[in-house]
Amino acid sequence: MKKKVLSVLLATTVVASLLAGCGSSAAAPAADAAPAADAAPAADAAAPAASSGGATYALVTKSAGNPFMERMASGFQEAVEASGGTVVIQNPEAATPDAQISVVQSLISQGVSSIAVDGNDANALTAVLTEASNAGIKVLSLDSDVAPDTRAVYCNQAGVQQIGETLMEAVYDLTGGEGDWAILSATSQATNQNAWIDAMKKLMESDSKYAKLNLVEVAYGDDEPQKSTDQTQALLQNYPDLKVICAPTTVGIAAAAKVLQDQKSSVKLTGLGLPSEMAEYIGDDDAHSCPYMYLWNPIDLGRLAGYTSIALVDGSITGAAGDKFTAGELGDYTIEEIDGSTQIILGPPFKFDPSNIDEWKSVY
Amino acid sequence: MKKRSIGQFLSESREASLVIVLAVLLIVVGIINPSFLSFTNIRQIFLNNTLTFLMALGMLCVMLTAGIDISITSTLAFAGMSIGLLQKYNVIHNTFLLFVIGAGIGIICGFLNGIIIAKGHVAPIICTMGFMYIWRGMAYVISNNNWASGMDVAGFSDFGKDGAVGPYIILIVAYAAFFILMKWTRFGRRIYAVGSNTEAARVSGINVDRTLTGVYTIMGLLAGLAGVLSVSIYASAQPNMQYGKEMDVIAACVIGGVAMSGGRGSVAGTFLGALIIGIISKALPMVNIPNFWQNLIKGVIILAVVILNVVTQRTMDRQNLLRREM
Repeated sequence: MKKKVLSVLLATTVVASLLAGCGSSAAAPAADAAPAADAAPAADAAAPAASSGGATYALVTKSAGNPFMERMASGFQEAVEASGGTVVIQNPEAATPDAQISVVQSLISQGVSSIAVDGNDANALTAVLTEASNAGIKVLSLDSDVAPDTRAVYCNQAGVQQIGETLMEAVYDLTGGEGDWAILSATSQATNQNAWIDAMKKLMESDSKYAKLNLVEVAYGDDEPQKSTDQTQALLQNYPDLKVICAPTTVGIAAAAKVLQDQKSSVKLTGLGLPSEMAEYIGDDDAHSCPYMYLWNPIDLGRLAGYTSIALVDGSITGAAGDKFTAGELGDYTIEEIDGSTQIILGPPFKFDPSNIDEWKSVY
Repeated sequence: MKKRSIGQFLSESREASLVIVLAVLLIVVGIINPSFLSFTNIRQIFLNNTLTFLMALGMLCVMLTAGIDISITSTLAFAGMSIGLLQKYNVIHNTFLLFVIGAGIGIICGFLNGIIIAKGHVAPIICTMGFMYIWRGMAYVISNNNWASGMDVAGFSDFGKDGAVGPYIILIVAYAAFFILMKWTRFGRRIYAVGSNTEAARVSGINVDRTLTGVYTIMGLLAGLAGVLSVSIYASAQPNMQYGKEMDVIAACVIGGVAMSGGRGSVAGTFLGALIIGIISKALPMVNIPNFWQNLIKGVIILAVVILNVVTQRTMDRQNLLRREM
């Protein structure tokens, strides 16, 4: 008898704690979803040419719990709310395409006007995004692209070529024009990283300026601090003449920066990193491992996607190359055709160095 | 006295066969890349795998009772995220206090596991799976889309800096304490007794429920400490930290000869198992094995060592049986 009571009590505690745990996270999407469901029929009734007033604009991020995504979402929200639209922001629990598929499906049934998606996989979302387009929803991508024929336009943080050139120039500058350097990337199948690395490799072949630079290895830290640390240490030990490591990934660059700084290594670091993660390591003197690095502004990227969503919904652009529109305070943008797909490029990557890092480290 | 062959000697001690595996690994890697055997490198093997080394001790206790705990890295993330945020929002910056808080969170998490498994008779893998989601979820909830990193944990990360002695001292103390605990204390012997034969243990007057609760609480404590250490060593607290690493910890125990069915395993074996896991992850990038092959080779090495273990165990059992018959 006593045992039974105890097990019932235990079961109740578990269920209660489960509910408590879910409570706060479950409440948020529900609150988001409610106005969306209300707004949807209104948008339908007002015909496609409706102004941004009654429309609902959705953003699907890569995953929850990531400050970069959070800043991107805040820019998106700001842009849309400034023009009177309703915003739905969905953060999938995990950075997987399956999690995004179920999120997009629920947005379709809510009847939103547009969906901006930061793809976790280039092709896995094809079916569900086609379904969304067929339902009359404007689909666009940002940050990480999806299959080009499933979306109207891609808001690209910076052109692949631009990033390749910027990073290559940084490596050239930090090595002094000659010597060994290495790349520390995320996973070996990360679309973004591979495109940037390829662009850098092509530049080294085509431009004689980089002829004296020797890329010794592309290491993969899988965006895990522990593995990135192992890989950085291995680079240092395998190549005693190494001068520069270039890490075009936020987790990798932070792990590498710590290894280099802790070991007081003379190897210098550059790449793409979050200012808040990297503030500790950025400096011109020997005590700091990273003289400067780059990234784009996630808030502006979110804003650009917000203005693009509005322009697509009100019909001022269709997503064809050559379409022009004004993205609020960001200025005028033209849709470009790059490698057979339509893109809007935010701008050149932003440089973070000792002069501006203090002001940016608290932003993101 | 009859001379014993090397084969016999090996088959009489499981740890001896692990030492051989370790020596072979070190020699092969050392020949391909001599800098692997440098002092700095060996030191970094311990530092980079502090978390595996530490949590393997708890997993040893859990597995000795024929249980398993797959919620450890979630507990780690919850504790790590908590102490990361305490620093980010400038609540506490005292290293010692942060360790106490992390350990406390771990103890609570582990105790809940233990009490549900012991009193509720829930299968360990099911119970800890539930908490795996709950604590990981809690880490996300409290983080509220923020990371604590770099400057947030500035002074605190000196503790786990490459070159600082803190993590090594924690490891040495933990291994010494567990060696004594498992070998010479009543609690340690009870863990073995419960794992070998639960009913016999119960009949002989051992409080099985209390032992089980204790074991999972210890696991939680170590996972909490590992969370604090992780933030210090990597100068970063993210809700997804060390995701999936519980498998490395379980692998370390299994390689070290801890039986999944309970009752068999030692602190020395666990240490060697964790060391082999650490050497594999450190060595693979240093012997120029292409990235795509690294996981594959890791899996092959784990399986090979475990099969070697099973074979050794079987010969040992057979010899013991023979001896008894004579």
